[in-house]
Amino acid sequence: MTNIPVIETNDLNKSYGQVAAVRALSLSINPHQITAFLGLNGAGKSTTIRMLLGMIRPSSGTGKVLGHRIDDANESVCLRRKVAYVSENKQLYDYMTVEQIIRFTRPFYPDWSLDRERRLLKAYELPLKRRIKSLSKGMRTKLALLLALARKAELLILDEPSEGLDPIGIELMLESLVAQNSEGTTVFFSSHQIPEVERIADHVCLLHQGSLVLDASLDDMRQSYRQIDLVFPSLPNESDVRVAGVESIRASGRQMSVVVSRNAEMLIERAHDLHASSVEVSPIGLREIFLQTVRGS
Amino acid sequence: MLFKLNPSAGQPLYLQLMQQIRHAVEKGALQQGDQLPGIRTLAEELVISPTTVAKAYSELEHEGVLELRQGSGAYISVKRRGLSQMQRVHEASKQVRQLLSELREVGLTEDAIRRIFEAELLYPAEVLSKQ
Repeated sequence: MTNIPVIETNDLNKSYGQVAAVRALSLSINPHQITAFLGLNGAGKSTTIRMLLGMIRPSSGTGKVLGHRIDDANESVCLRRKVAYVSENKQLYDYMTVEQIIRFTRPFYPDWSLDRERRLLKAYELPLKRRIKSLSKGMRTKLALLLALARKAELLILDEPSEGLDPIGIELMLESLVAQNSEGTTVFFSSHQIPEVERIADHVCLLHQGSLVLDASLDDMRQSYRQIDLVFPSLPNESDVRVAGVESIRASGRQMSVVVSRNAEMLIERAHDLHASSVEVSPIGLREIFLQTVRGS
Repeated sequence: MLFKLNPSAGQPLYLQLMQQIRHAVEKGALQQGDQLPGIRTLAEELVISPTTVAKAYSELEHEGVLELRQGSGAYISVKRRGLSQMQRVHEASKQVRQLLSELREVGLTEDAIRRIFEAELLYPAEVLSKQ
């Protein structure tokens, strides 16, 4: 197993006129992992993904996916052959039936797995004879997933794969991603759904207003992010509690609530030195971290 | 095996999984030689990253709770004699105490009881050595 990043960007920017959609984005995505690309609607996730696939050109900056330069037209053809992609709006040929599009797609990919195609057809309960234009949104997503998963690609990039799926569909989709990952495929998926990200992702990249604001392993976050609620006889200055690792401080009356990304022990010690009358430590979930980061900036 | 992980808890998922496997061993739900699902199977069942399962398994192997065999999966290997021995001794001394009080009640002296114990302890050893 190599540990060369499968996706690497350096100071990537994309502007539409005056509007900066992606700003100074430097990503480094590890192979063999499941990485979630988290962000609100309009944060720049789809723009980034489309740049990674060479579908749109960056305004500035460079990037490589599986060693291929994303801003080189020739290389981006190779790149798209190696990367399976499920787009945001799940574009498919509307006039074909489910069966026809599968038969049409199959010969493009030498590693196509018939076995996986059959298993997914069964699990997703797709109607073979129905035309794509009359599929429900959920079925369309499942079909797009099937076409991407059966390819056995080295890297799987999905843009909001859970969009339009019901809870059972989401469950099936997550199971498929986990199965694909256990066979060695690196998974990179965008989402704004915290629960699905929390369950299957190893790593989270949080994009906000086009910038990367958090890039961390989920287990590290679970281990070291803490909310510390303090009560003081008289409130100290915020600067007194701002040790390394403090992410945010809220104060009201005698209470202070501090979120740390590390060094919880150091803050607790400091609080005792400042004569805190109560110190409570609680874990903090991805939801809180997400909301705080997005609202704070 | 039934595991229940909480992705929102302030504890890494691989640690949660390790604890639950250890706990299942302690209460006897998993025993020496039992096979655990493969990494892929368990990851799909729990819908968590295979990396998480792999990490938990490899840490448990370090601790001696699991034995990973190439290609055939993970097996419980209970190398925890320290604790189970302690439990057995604890259990035995309760039984001996009970027996002693019964023997005293029928009027045996401590000397007599001690001789019986010693004799009984020697007896099986002699039989075994003759075989």
